[in-house]
Amino acid sequence: MRVRVYFFAFYRDLAGRDELELELDAGATARDAVAALRKDGGGAERIPADPVIAVNEVAAQLDTPLAEGDEIALLPPVAGGTSR
Amino acid sequence: MKTWITDAPIEAAAVLAAIGASTDGAAAMFLGTVRDHNDGRRVTGLEYDVYRPMAERVLREIADAAGARWQTDRIAAVHRVGRLDIGETSVAIAVSTPHRADAFDACRYIIEEIKTRLPVWKRELYADGETMWLDGRSQIVAGAAHE
Repeated sequence: MRVRVYFFAFYRDLAGRDELELELDAGATARDAVAALRKDGGGAERIPADPVIAVNEVAAQLDTPLAEGDEIALLPPVAGGTSR
Repeated sequence: MKTWITDAPIEAAAVLAAIGASTDGAAAMFLGTVRDHNDGRRVTGLEYDVYRPMAERVLREIADAAGARWQTDRIAAVHRVGRLDIGETSVAIAVSTPHRADAFDACRYIIEEIKTRLPVWKRELYADGETMWLDGRSQIVAGAAHE
């Protein structure tokens, strides 16, 4: 199946691109997608193996099973709630 | 209830105009603005990256949660993205309620939730031409109930 991966902010800089299409085996999870793109090299291997992700625009766990056409977004940590 | 993400400058008056009711005796507003320094460095501007469809959805969820908790649908929240100059407004929140405590509390809740959950990322632009994505302190949590 084909899925699309989107990179944001620092992760976009590491990957050197905005997005990427991946071909995965049936039954693959989001974790498999991350592992596949990190093998792709070109800097993407510097993205953490367990990043925060969203699947189809909703925050999701890495063990989420994927389906054809899914959109996986890799989300760097956001600002945080502790005000100074 | 009005929430949106924008590339255009935020007009505080327009945000305030989206709230208010004859039953409300209090309106509170929070503005986040771009400051000219951080960690001892001179900042000349900011750039916000966004996962826009998710950010639109999450901002609406945050406003809905505040509305349910403080019993008001007079809430407006907007986050700016793209390139911002010093002094510009990056986020604006306005809430009106019958009494002031709820307006203040709801406003504070919304900004803290935005900082914790909204998929936006800030890059600082410095006087010497360097840029840097700021290290986030908060991982967006999947499926977590937010009080």
